[in-house]
Amino acid sequence: MAIEVRDVNKSFGATPVLRDVSIDVAAGSLTALLGPSGGGKSTLLRVIAGLEQPDTGTVLISGVDATRLAPQRRNVGFVFQHYAAFKHLTVFRNVAFGLEIRKRPKAEIRKRVMELLELVHLEKLADRYPSQLSGGQRQRMALARALAVEPQVLLLDEPFGALDAQVRKELRTWLRRLHDEVHVTTVFVTHDQEEAIEVADEIVVLAGGEVVQTGTPGEVYDNPANPFVMRFLGPVTEIGGNLVRPHDIEISQDPVEGGSPAVVSRVVRLGFEVRVEVEIGGHEAWVQVTRDQADRLGIGPGDTVHVRPVPGARSLALAV
Amino acid sequence: MAKHVLRVVAVAYTLFLLVLPVGLIIWRTFGDGLGPFIEAMSSPSALHAFKVTLTVAGWAVLANTVFGVGVALLLVRHEFPGKRLLGAFIDLPMAVSPVVVGLALVLVYGRFSPVGSLLESWGLQIIFSTPGMVLATVFVALPLVVRAVVPVLEELGDEQEQAAQTLGAGRLQTFLRITLPGIRWALGYGVVLCLARSLGEYGAVAVVSGRLVDQTQTLTLYVEERFQNFDQPAAFAAATALALIAVVTLLLTKLLRPKDRSHGN
Repeated sequence: MAIEVRDVNKSFGATPVLRDVSIDVAAGSLTALLGPSGGGKSTLLRVIAGLEQPDTGTVLISGVDATRLAPQRRNVGFVFQHYAAFKHLTVFRNVAFGLEIRKRPKAEIRKRVMELLELVHLEKLADRYPSQLSGGQRQRMALARALAVEPQVLLLDEPFGALDAQVRKELRTWLRRLHDEVHVTTVFVTHDQEEAIEVADEIVVLAGGEVVQTGTPGEVYDNPANPFVMRFLGPVTEIGGNLVRPHDIEISQDPVEGGSPAVVSRVVRLGFEVRVEVEIGGHEAWVQVTRDQADRLGIGPGDTVHVRPVPGARSLALAV
Repeated sequence: MAKHVLRVVAVAYTLFLLVLPVGLIIWRTFGDGLGPFIEAMSSPSALHAFKVTLTVAGWAVLANTVFGVGVALLLVRHEFPGKRLLGAFIDLPMAVSPVVVGLALVLVYGRFSPVGSLLESWGLQIIFSTPGMVLATVFVALPLVVRAVVPVLEELGDEQEQAAQTLGAGRLQTFLRITLPGIRWALGYGVVLCLARSLGEYGAVAVVSGRLVDQTQTLTLYVEERFQNFDQPAAFAAATALALIAVVTLLLTKLLRPKDRSHGN
């Protein structure tokens, strides 16, 4: 295990932020800490980096107890949401910082920094200052800076949170590719379930300061531990007291076995996807169908249809 | 119409309050050319006063720079009981009259106080000597560096420092390589203000120095003493020198100030 967190508790004043948190991060993996804001995920990341001290519990990095170790002795790379670029230094000097602190020979620093800048596609901007870069470029620089010291683990705190949607998507794909190239054990914090599912090998869902579920993106999406995780990981709707994914529901005009009658209240066309909003016995629900299916059904507001979960659909019973 | 009235009032106000007095001093000083000025300023007493002023101001600026950066870091980066009280105390010299400061220092460090007599038994004279004058000047210029640095430190945030730490930098390395370059313009501004205040200090220094001619006489005290002794050329020359130094420092602060903004992001 690259990182082992055991029974960590942390409070800010009287507010508990982490409660008995234990996680394992396998060497070479790309793990997402996913959860709503205030769930404790950033605090957990900062505890691993040594930027926060846990009240109780231990943190092991590569098998060594690092709980009381200062951040500068942990050999972790940390990337901040707002880049934390050294404003008075050029891109080159930013990336070289950790190597200069380690007093590496000039030639070696130059070679390593230029390699890293090529890796993050900033080799042409080496002499610029951070204020002359875009948000995405600054974050790539921050990543190169963290990688320069060859950290045992790379920690990213909402790395794409401050970027606009387009750049965020690009960097997401790029991070996944970079990880496949560099193979450094990586943990990143996000509140965006799509980001976690797309990028991570392993997802740790944190809410209310506790680990709610751990698993691969597929496991967490398909077998959510509770209604909270199911809701957080993707769209859900409620049919007959069960939580179901809206794409796991079929609509037919004729009565079907196990189906319930429903009245269509609205049909919303969102490009390829069509949302059919229905009312089942006073409850509102919605069904996600493709445009072709919607055209074939030819339904409109006021029509009566029959809906049921598709055979084999994952659903969670809601405790009433 | 109202705009013109306002303009006339503003111009008249600065004219009678600022331009006329300073202009007259300079006119009186250089009325007979540069010769009398140089002669007045190169008298042994004037040179000595100049030296005392530089010594006292130099030490005071040094002390306030180190203390100012330290306290600013403490106030911005750390939480501790009594933090707000410390913040309030820092501003105290702004409110207290310098004469009161001088008297208070005499009470604590004077020959007839316990602290003063103890120090004197070790051969250290505070009052009527340079250390007392430095103390008084440090006190009156205390808030200037702190107040210049605190807002910039707050704006800077601590993420850059944390990033430096995760990259392997220790506390001192982080301070020298990240924090100090981040506050350099604000610090420069604070230091220049502190220098201007230290050079011009009169009240507190007048009390603690004892005004000993050719011993503890600073340039401001020299101006006053020469004026009282009807040596107007010397008084005006020294006053002009002080005014010129003030103008230069003022220009320095103007140069330093806008750079902070362009460095902000």
